[in-house]
Amino acid sequence: MSGDLAQGVPPLGDPLRGDRSSRLLGGGSGRSALRTNLIALGSAVVVFGALGLVIVNAPNWPAVQQAFFDGQVLADSLPELAQAFVVNIQLFLIAELLILPLALVVAVLRLLPGPAFFPARLFAVVYADLFRAVPGILVIALLGFGMPALGIPGIPSDPFIWGVIALVLLYSAYVSEVYRAGIQSVHPSQEAAARSLGLSRLQALRYVVIPQAVRRVIPPLLNDFIGLQKDTALVSVIGVVEVFRQAQIDEAATFNFTPYVGAALIFVVITVPLARFTDWLVARDRRRQLATAT
Amino acid sequence: MSQPPALRVEGLHKSFGRLEVLRGIDLAVADHEVVCLIGASGSGKSTLLRCIDLLEPLDAGRVVVEGTEITAIGVRVDEVRRRIGIVFQAFNLFPHMRVLDNVTLAPRKVLRVRAPEAERRAMELLERFGLADKAREFPDRLSGGQQQRVAIVRALAMQPQLMLLDEITSALDPELVAEVLNVIRELAAAGMTMVIATHEMGFARDIANRVCFLDGGRILEEGPPEQLFGAPREERTRQFLQRIVEAGRL
Repeated sequence: MSGDLAQGVPPLGDPLRGDRSSRLLGGGSGRSALRTNLIALGSAVVVFGALGLVIVNAPNWPAVQQAFFDGQVLADSLPELAQAFVVNIQLFLIAELLILPLALVVAVLRLLPGPAFFPARLFAVVYADLFRAVPGILVIALLGFGMPALGIPGIPSDPFIWGVIALVLLYSAYVSEVYRAGIQSVHPSQEAAARSLGLSRLQALRYVVIPQAVRRVIPPLLNDFIGLQKDTALVSVIGVVEVFRQAQIDEAATFNFTPYVGAALIFVVITVPLARFTDWLVARDRRRQLATAT
Repeated sequence: MSQPPALRVEGLHKSFGRLEVLRGIDLAVADHEVVCLIGASGSGKSTLLRCIDLLEPLDAGRVVVEGTEITAIGVRVDEVRRRIGIVFQAFNLFPHMRVLDNVTLAPRKVLRVRAPEAERRAMELLERFGLADKAREFPDRLSGGQQQRVAIVRALAMQPQLMLLDEITSALDPELVAEVLNVIRELAAAGMTMVIATHEMGFARDIANRVCFLDGGRILEEGPPEQLFGAPREERTRQFLQRIVEAGRL
């Protein structure tokens, strides 16, 4: 699980500043914006240029370049890697479609009131604690190797299926907590208003509380899905040939590590836009909140 | 008088932790009667209304609506609440729904009225209170007065036998108070039974058949508005009204 604990943390910066200027570059507006942008650009060139120079001039750089950044190997492996990445996308999409409803069920179970629902709450708490405590790679290995080994008739042995199940169990635990935070952030007066009209508790949840909660947690949900997208690579340990496994295969064939860099590049190309989109959503939500708070 | 009162509250006690907010409330409201609850903040007005709607569990006492004890064990509270409308100080509209959906949600989901029929009735109500052109808006596009009128319409859409109004003008800018109070006047004229917690003494004097002064979790004094505002018997009522007059609110 990487990076998913920083859910919904808004980007730093002056929250009262308008949205016209770029926060990344830190500029204002008009002429001063041009000046600050130039300074930002210049500073970036100096810092990253210096860093690059240090690396390129390192004593063993030629060997490293050959082992990790071989253009020919990259060009040869990229088509295979891209093809293998389709498996990652399948893992991600199928898992995500299952996680969204399952995690909501877990979150609702945990919030059911009254002594009669104690077992439901207990189950939800134990489940969320357990699957957030065990490292993802262990859950994948235990399910992927262990379940088929039981030999129960009808239980699938396809590692892809177990990979999906493991990812769903792992991420539903996280996502259920995101949902729960969202549900609890809806003011109790909303439920009171719904109940006062005669809606049952479940109806109030379904029509009034959850729709508002889900809207609020979309940015942290997307954040979790960025993590999920990357963690699809963990499924390689049980023998699913996805992009990381394919890179291993290519590495073994060429004695060159460049395919790993190729795999990393593919993740970057897919994940960074999603991360930027999430940041944009967070910023937009905050602007809205500021707008309605005045 | 063979007909049971619209609402009867007997010996109602309610505490939050160690703070006893209601210390034995007895109150009867006849059909078509409008009762105003006045008293300082913290005197228990809102808690009383929330207890009548069973939004807060009672510690002791009974609430009887149209002859049915709604606090009895085994009563389905959802069915009770659909007969009682409550409007809150903070409107509590559903922000993710358009005005029309705010109004039709309960009729559709609770009474199982079909959508076209529910919408037709909702539009009639919105029309009656001058809100027809806001039906497709989201609540945050409306003024406070408009939002509160929508909240009233939303409660009325369930055709309640009893309306509870909990300081419904306290969160409004002064110039928006009148439009909401006029809605209540119209409801009173139409014979709606209402229990109204309010700080608007002039309004209470106008509209109430009876005014109850709450102090320290009890109804200290009650009577027709002329008597309660004109010649209060209790010293504490006099003090309270004196402060209101000094604040220029009566």
